[in-house]
Amino acid sequence: MSNGLALLSIFVLSIFIGFEVVSKVSTTLHTPLMSGANAIHGVILVGAITVADRATSNLQLALAIVAVVLATINMVGGFVVTDRMLEMFKGKPRVKKEAEGVDAE
Amino acid sequence: MNKNLYDLVGLVVAVCFILALKGLSSPKSARRGNWIGAFGAFAATEVVFYSPGQTGNHKWLIIGAIAFGVIVGVPAARKIQMTQMPQLVALFNGVGGGAAALVAIVEYLKLGTDASMADVVASVFTVIVGCVSFSGSVVTFLKLQEIMTTRPVVFPGGRFVIAATLVGVLGSGEWVIHSLGTTPLLVVAGLSLLFGILFVLPVGGADVPIVISLLNAFTGLTVAASGYVLQATVLIVAGTLVGASGTILTRLMAAAMGRSLFGTLFGAFTAKPQAAVEGGEARSVKSGSPDDVAILLNYAQRVVIVPGFGLAVAQAQHTVREIADLLAAKGIDVAYGIHPVAGRMPGHMNVLLAEANVPYEQLVEMEEINPTFPQTDVVLVVGANDVVNPAAKTTPGCPIYGMPILDVSSAGNVIFLKRSMRPGFAGIENELLYEPKTTLLFGDAKESLTKVVSALKAL
Repeated sequence: MSNGLALLSIFVLSIFIGFEVVSKVSTTLHTPLMSGANAIHGVILVGAITVADRATSNLQLALAIVAVVLATINMVGGFVVTDRMLEMFKGKPRVKKEAEGVDAE
Repeated sequence: MNKNLYDLVGLVVAVCFILALKGLSSPKSARRGNWIGAFGAFAATEVVFYSPGQTGNHKWLIIGAIAFGVIVGVPAARKIQMTQMPQLVALFNGVGGGAAALVAIVEYLKLGTDASMADVVASVFTVIVGCVSFSGSVVTFLKLQEIMTTRPVVFPGGRFVIAATLVGVLGSGEWVIHSLGTTPLLVVAGLSLLFGILFVLPVGGADVPIVISLLNAFTGLTVAASGYVLQATVLIVAGTLVGASGTILTRLMAAAMGRSLFGTLFGAFTAKPQAAVEGGEARSVKSGSPDDVAILLNYAQRVVIVPGFGLAVAQAQHTVREIADLLAAKGIDVAYGIHPVAGRMPGHMNVLLAEANVPYEQLVEMEEINPTFPQTDVVLVVGANDVVNPAAKTTPGCPIYGMPILDVSSAGNVIFLKRSMRPGFAGIENELLYEPKTTLLFGDAKESLTKVVSALKAL
């Protein structure tokens, strides 16, 4: 069962990383962060491809192909919409810098 | 591809996801973080075709399915109005949960009778939580899209039905584990879908973002569990990261709204279907003209603008900014008071105002702006309601009770721009509308504001 234990170790350590990585985040970024995390779990696509590849009946294949479509929508759509959200924040640091520059003068 | 090389790529992908979440937590690196995540996901998808166990069967069918998913997903994400973005995120999360459940079902069908207990339990877990996430997300989508009522849906004996469904889900899960049959698994899936619906129905509109975040974390965990069954490290890492960070994020959101997570999820069970309007029609309100509003604003020394979702719906961000600029040019101190959940999601309003190029320094968060209201002459509430509703402090048992609000009632004057006397998203009457210091300006936010702008210019 050493393989299972290895997977379990990865699982437990990932929990700690997950907690640690987002422990401090301003409310401004809650929505993009949720959306980005949402896109990341679209990586279930990897699982969907794997089961589609190994499908042994038409029913299995059909279900797996639906899973591939859904997972792709989740992953690709998720990253694109997150990028669109974050695109709107891009002006901010620049605006702030300009304001500071004026103060300095 | 050699197994070691494949595992190495998996490690790189895992690091990408950690960096992505890390990057998304800070404004400067957020966009880059998202791209790192996208790169990791792309790499993981690419190399799985070369993974050691891959047979290459159905390869073109799979690629076709991916292409179809891209054709559906990308335009949806590109074209969606920013005001409707929360429901799109909910929907993406739902399809992700659905995909995880389907993967688990297919994997279960292939397990056979010699399957290990751990695999069966992980599969059943994935099916249950994936289905709950799917149907729950669909209900949140319907609520946010206002296809169905945004008020808590509570029916007599509802909590017993929910409890019974949960017992049914767990019982049939147990049945699957003992019998390893296909029918029990379908029963589990069906009951889980039902539970997801029942679980979200009693949640009030204002609390929906918290539920989306929670379901997002759920989907993460299902991905991790299916990774265990498929022995795919990448899925375990990605799923667990999302599960853990999603849980933290859910708690942060609940804290920003001053809600206990438990109260949000189960509070509505005890709430009576709200008698929202208690003789409301008979009471008088003071409504004003755009000129009245302009005069109030013109002679103020400090003005705080409280934007809400109504502003976004009317696309009035730019007009609001015009007013703010005009007032600032007259030497009036102008700030925007941003409630953490203004809009439909935490941070949603910041996204919308950033779209209108409102200077970042003028956006003030709730904790900082609340102490300044007593020194504020005029508060201009544009299309917001629940986030300034004193019922959150004064009426125990109402759906938003306990939520921190913007304390606009301590300001000198309050101007509400509203379409009608209709209550806000949470469906609760707002006492503030009837106070003597309150002036209402009815109409579409953008039209009203445009009139105020010309009135201000004329003064």
